[in-house]
Amino acid sequence: MREHTTTTPSLAAQVVLLAAIILFCLFPFYWMVLTSLKTQIVALQTPPAWIFDVSFSNYYEVLFEDAVARSLINSLIVAVCTTFLAILLGTSAAYALARFEFRGKKELWFWFITNRMVSPIVLALPFFLIVRSFGMLDTHIVLILIYLTFNLPIVIWICTDQFRSIPREIDEAAILEGASQWRIFFSLCLPLAAPGIAVSAIFSFIFSWNELMYALVLTRNVAKTAPAVAVSFMEGYSLPYGKIMATSTLIVVPVIIFALIASKQLVRGLTMGAVK
Amino acid sequence: MLQKTQDLERGVPEETVNAGTASRGTMFSFLSPAVITLAVIGIAPLVFAIWTSMRDYNLTRLQRTPFVGLENYATVLTDSVFWDAMGRTFLLLILALPVQIAAGLGIALILHRPGLTFLKTIARLSLVIPMATTYAVVGLLGQIMFNLKYGVVNQLLGFVGIAPVNWLGHPTNAFAAIVFWDVWQWTPFCALVLLAGLTTVPGEIEEAARLETKSWWTVLRYVQLPFLIPGLTAVLILRTADTLKQFDMVFTMTRGGPGSSTELISLLIQRVGFRAFDQGLASAQAMILLVITIVLSRLYIRFFYREV
Repeated sequence: MREHTTTTPSLAAQVVLLAAIILFCLFPFYWMVLTSLKTQIVALQTPPAWIFDVSFSNYYEVLFEDAVARSLINSLIVAVCTTFLAILLGTSAAYALARFEFRGKKELWFWFITNRMVSPIVLALPFFLIVRSFGMLDTHIVLILIYLTFNLPIVIWICTDQFRSIPREIDEAAILEGASQWRIFFSLCLPLAAPGIAVSAIFSFIFSWNELMYALVLTRNVAKTAPAVAVSFMEGYSLPYGKIMATSTLIVVPVIIFALIASKQLVRGLTMGAVK
Repeated sequence: MLQKTQDLERGVPEETVNAGTASRGTMFSFLSPAVITLAVIGIAPLVFAIWTSMRDYNLTRLQRTPFVGLENYATVLTDSVFWDAMGRTFLLLILALPVQIAAGLGIALILHRPGLTFLKTIARLSLVIPMATTYAVVGLLGQIMFNLKYGVVNQLLGFVGIAPVNWLGHPTNAFAAIVFWDVWQWTPFCALVLLAGLTTVPGEIEEAARLETKSWWTVLRYVQLPFLIPGLTAVLILRTADTLKQFDMVFTMTRGGPGSSTELISLLIQRVGFRAFDQGLASAQAMILLVITIVLSRLYIRFFYREV
């Protein structure tokens, strides 16, 4: 094969490329915030305006006149409760997976991975019928429970990995002292696993906060989450662009903050640990 | 007994106190909360879906849901609408994934080079933003940015002399817009996975290779590529699964239209189940989708969790 003669791209070329990457990633975000600050008249200019009189009226309207404020609270309730439940139920299972040998371990992993990969529509169909027959459509608890199908696997996965990294000698010493497994779990391992638990909580929160399909299918008004409300603005003929983007900004900003905090673990979490 | 053999295989000395030993009761108490919850919310609905899929189950006439056996499955498997949606889903994957991997690899290689630390940190943090953006918001943003009259995409194209394109009103263009958006959102994911792969190359090996040759291609092909294979495999399987899951972004951007030009498999099932109210047929479609997913996750386990 002929040797490629190009070597390291010059420093200037690297700077240009990096700037292009940053611009490519951030431009839609910038455009979202920009549009959210436009009144409807400015938003409907052709060609689109880049410089205009900034107006915060969209934020005022969506928060105080439309259902957005309540939907953000709904999203928060659902995301916090499901995250709390996932941690409560998931950490002990993760400890068992990290520390004990038992039959069916492989099957359990298979189940978690399948839950990570399956399309939400597969569960949304039967869940809708079941929930409807119980008369529980449009309640928070239904969303909180169904979000566990993807949050529990992620919490269990991340925490298992974290518990594995705690040296077994610590437990062994405690066992010689006569401590029970539950005591070791609560007093020794759980505090040591705090960083992993925090990361899994962030993931669980982000996934629940971002979720749309279950929210569309299972809620109507009372428990409607913010993404579902944002989508409902798209019905009708004249689209309120500024309001849609103001709502979108309100939805996206907290997620981005959390994602940046967990950015070092993002890839590990998204690949269920296949990529460290 | 089993416990002991496994420990021996792992080379755990027999005489150490074994923290892995716990009574069945203890293990049960640790595992059952999560497992029972998942069984109730994850497995029971699936069993119900199998039951539904074998009935003529329409939301408009629930008083009569006769058992029809495998008729729904036969309908799905011979239904061109189903296969067209499947075809579109894989077309999206085939068009977007090579671009994501190529661009992702390029980005990873740039970020892997030493120097310009500050700019590279900014770039790495910027990569997080597309991935974290709520999928539904990406779709809404797409609808606004790709708008024929008010969209910024046509404005930017105008700067380089390209006439306005009717992105969302034309079948092929709408699909192109979705591919573009998928590339925007998931190229950073490929970049970060591949960057993680590049950092696993031992420093000495890479340095030795760079002394041998000045060609980045040779280094990539013969030194770095073997370390990138696990990441590439993960990307391949996960992107396939995520494209089969893809709903939020496309639903908010095009609702599957115009016509059915962007109706991916998850959108089709949602339409059949909740807008045509044919839960029986939709459940049969969902079960076929589930089987494909199970194959994918088996593959994933095979590659990445051999030792658990």
